[in-house]
Amino acid sequence: MVNDIIKHIMRFILLVAAQGLILKNVEPGPFINPFLYVLFLMQLPFETPPWLVLIISFILGFFIDMFYGTMGMHMAACTFIGFARPRILKLMSPRDGYEFGSQPTIQDMGRPWFLTYAIIIILIHHFLLFYLEMFSFNYFFSTFFRVIVSSATTLVLVVVTQFLFYRTRQTT
Amino acid sequence: MRNLAVFLVRHYFILFFLLLEILSIYFLVQRNYFQHTSAVSAANWFTGSIYQARTDFTEYLDLKEQNKSLADKLALELSMKNTSYFMYNTAGVLHSDTTYKQRYEYLAAEVIDNTVTRRNNYIILNRGSKQGVVVDQGVVCAEGVVGIVREVSDNFCVVMSLLHSDSKISASLKKDGSFGTLVWDGNDYRTATLKDLPVTPIRKGDSLVSSGLGDAFPSGVPVGVINSFQINAENKTYIVEVKLATDYRKLRHAFIVKNLLRDEINDLKKKAGVDNGQ
Repeated sequence: MVNDIIKHIMRFILLVAAQGLILKNVEPGPFINPFLYVLFLMQLPFETPPWLVLIISFILGFFIDMFYGTMGMHMAACTFIGFARPRILKLMSPRDGYEFGSQPTIQDMGRPWFLTYAIIIILIHHFLLFYLEMFSFNYFFSTFFRVIVSSATTLVLVVVTQFLFYRTRQTT
Repeated sequence: MRNLAVFLVRHYFILFFLLLEILSIYFLVQRNYFQHTSAVSAANWFTGSIYQARTDFTEYLDLKEQNKSLADKLALELSMKNTSYFMYNTAGVLHSDTTYKQRYEYLAAEVIDNTVTRRNNYIILNRGSKQGVVVDQGVVCAEGVVGIVREVSDNFCVVMSLLHSDSKISASLKKDGSFGTLVWDGNDYRTATLKDLPVTPIRKGDSLVSSGLGDAFPSGVPVGVINSFQINAENKTYIVEVKLATDYRKLRHAFIVKNLLRDEINDLKKKAGVDNGQ
């Protein structure tokens, strides 16, 4: 249990650092802004109490906002993910509930489940984020285009990261 | 009251969410205001120190590159300093006039090597054939006569100083124009000897200037002043000890004299069959 907490804290730090120090400076294209850090919220265990997920989301958004200098933007998007996640998980739960001890990962839950889960969370997060950034529905379609393109990039990064973690876990 | 408590407990999650969400939106809307508050400057301090740490780290990764670029910059700076410059294009000032045709043009040059203590002294100037310097041109400085160009490369020339055993410069008395030949006996860089000066009334302190004979120097360039004189009994001429106008030891800048009519004179001499051994 304590090991799990330390593991999650390490993951938190790694993802925030990767987002704030690396991905922030990578500009693969004009509309592409991947936000890999939402992976952290996806990977929290099923059993995490909803209020804790909410607080963690808020704090995660706060740290990302500090790196991006957009106080409140990521906080709002992440907090909404923290709010929506229990509902999404309930909607997507297997017929007899989640197996005890399983993690919301690609290796525990399988590709179709994980991809659906990831796409829903990433789309909600990015949608909120980019429209909060615009703070209006002017240029709705160009913003929507950004949401789609960035979400796809983030999804690819999330899946790649999953496989990387999966492999290291197998070998160790 | 009890109902309110029940309501809060039942809907704590959505209320908590709304609280945090409203807080976030409040931050977002007020960000311009909050940028001036301590909360955000604390955030800036936090990310700022992280960025500093990153820079401190990544700096090491390209230290080699940085060193090279700094060295390149230093080299560039050094090469742009005046001392490393070679003034390549110093066209002399040409004066255009219909009555007087300019005969002499001066080309500024810097002394890059100079000796005064040898028997045959040479001066090297930073001007050469690319700047139009040719052999046998005269060289003067602000004080007076310096010498005659003997060798020319692309960008440099070797000047035979007046302090040379082969140097023979025609100098005349400023007051009456009688002239002699200035030679150097190799003793003192400050004095030279004027030979073959006709016997005319002269005194110590009389000025000597270049005569303008030959095509190396214009007439009237200071050569020196008479220090002492004696009569050469053989051919009834004066032998004058001249205190040179030019201080060769302090020579830094010089002017190369271009004789614009030189070719015409040389052609004429050739036509007349005159060879005065220059």
